Amino acid sequence: MLNTFMQSRLRGLVILALILVILPAFLGNPFHYELVTQMAIIAATVVGLNLLVGFAGQISLGHAGFFGLGAYFTGIATGTYGWSSVPALVVGAIVVGAIAWIVGRPILRLKGHYLSMATLAVGFIIAIILNNERALTGGPDGMPVPAFEIFGWELSAFGRYSLFGITIEGFQAWYIFASVVLLVAVWFALNLIESPIGRALRSVHGSEVAASVVGVNTAKYKSLVFVISAIYASLMGSLYAHFQGFITPAVASFEFSILFITMVVLGGMGSTFGVILGAVVLKLLPQVLADFQELEHVMFGLILMLTMIFMPKGLLPTLTAFVSKKMRKKAGGEA
Amino acid sequence: MTALVEVKGLDKAFGGVHAVEGVSFSVEAGQVYSVIGPNGAGKTTLFNLITGLYTPTKGEILLNGESTAKLEPNELAERGMCRTFQQMQICMNMTAIENVMLGRHLQLKSSLFTTLFRLPSLRRNEAAARKRAAELMEYVGCGDYLDAEASAMSYGALKRLEIARALAAEPKVILLDEPAAGLNAVETAALEDLIRKIADQGTTVMLVEHDMKLVMGISDRLLVLNYGRVLAEGTPEEIRQNPDVIAAYLGG
Repeated sequence: MLNTFMQSRLRGLVILALILVILPAFLGNPFHYELVTQMAIIAATVVGLNLLVGFAGQISLGHAGFFGLGAYFTGIATGTYGWSSVPALVVGAIVVGAIAWIVGRPILRLKGHYLSMATLAVGFIIAIILNNERALTGGPDGMPVPAFEIFGWELSAFGRYSLFGITIEGFQAWYIFASVVLLVAVWFALNLIESPIGRALRSVHGSEVAASVVGVNTAKYKSLVFVISAIYASLMGSLYAHFQGFITPAVASFEFSILFITMVVLGGMGSTFGVILGAVVLKLLPQVLADFQELEHVMFGLILMLTMIFMPKGLLPTLTAFVSKKMRKKAGGEA
Repeated sequence: MTALVEVKGLDKAFGGVHAVEGVSFSVEAGQVYSVIGPNGAGKTTLFNLITGLYTPTKGEILLNGESTAKLEPNELAERGMCRTFQQMQICMNMTAIENVMLGRHLQLKSSLFTTLFRLPSLRRNEAAARKRAAELMEYVGCGDYLDAEASAMSYGALKRLEIARALAAEPKVILLDEPAAGLNAVETAALEDLIRKIADQGTTVMLVEHDMKLVMGISDRLLVLNYGRVLAEGTPEEIRQNPDVIAAYLGG
């Protein structure tokens, strides 16, 4: 019974759900909740980015651009034009997906460093536009974003809600909401990977020539996964904007793009749960390292370097390989 | 009977070097058609041209009477052409059976919606594709490796895996580029049986191979290339007795 569960394809999702259910027991104050909610939203973003980077073997150093576009689309549509949150989120994702498709068609012909440079440029252009279109975006000063609203019901981190007789705080409600979003994002990603589409994506990484001679239209699949990962980023950007209540062009910045990529690489390229761990670690490290004050960034860099030198496949793949090796040894000893 | 693959005056130049020059021949459905020649004769270049990986400098290739000039490799696959490579092209980031299931790509069309929600139709098709892939792996003789990581397989097994992947696409014509290279005598004998089985089931086989015993044994017709040009073309018996071929290739 336990064995069949451990081999089922959704075991990771179940474990993640359990962690998310148990976690509030360890969260002491609203700041903890805020941190974990941000983690969940960003983790869902990198789960999408991992489809592009880890599975299809392409790179994007400009993904914060799409995250920022989603955030600002929501900010402007709900704040300035009074749209409801859900239509803003959906239309924003469609618009960002279309932009990614138009941009992706030409640049995905590039490979390696050239693709890195092109995606970097895309991110920069988006950040520059957000900085300069003061009338629309408020420029570098940023803009406020209204609370998330659905069917006239507002979800604010500062509110207080009664659900079935249980009173929960706004930040707790956001935690639940972000957790569900993360689980759905992971479920979609897992379903996508284990499908003909997912195989085609992975084959683009494994051998583009092999993929093309068995009939995979590699250009089409590269565009598809670029668009899907951009839509992930846009949707999460929208939620992030609502959650934060205030956005600046920093959400589309180069630093943010690099943070996303680092989460993917550190956590484990091509491992959906690995990149979630990557997001958690990279959000947590600065908090833990705050005690080191001016040495914080040195420590941060050192930890990243050491991890990549000793765990080049990323945290989770290295850990699971280590554990399964131990278990095999144990099983071998018994036999 | 019209030819399945027809090559007319094919030319491919890399800079000033003519890797393939003025090559014409035709392959009829159901044949085992081999291309032989010394190293550097242009055999692999010819295969790359036929499968659309290279664009010809001059000349024309017809597949089932249709010009392939503007078609990408994946569009040729849609029209029933599949191949293996001298330098194996295996997706090392997948398991063995996933590599073969990749070969079913064209038969497995599913919408993004069906995929994201993993609807029952997708699960059914995946199970069927997996079953078919397992059969094919059994058929080519790597049934022991179903869920092995491709990166953990031996060279000989990977060569057979590549053939299974090509067969999974249910091609009309399969091009095998040096399938026996690096195989020992036992493995080569097994390969010969396999190619014969494939041909007996009605799939046209085009073969580039150095192992003369294998080639002479299973081919219906042969094309001999030398320095990119056709030296001779005919049945194994004709080739064996052709004085040009003996001088250039087979040796006195």
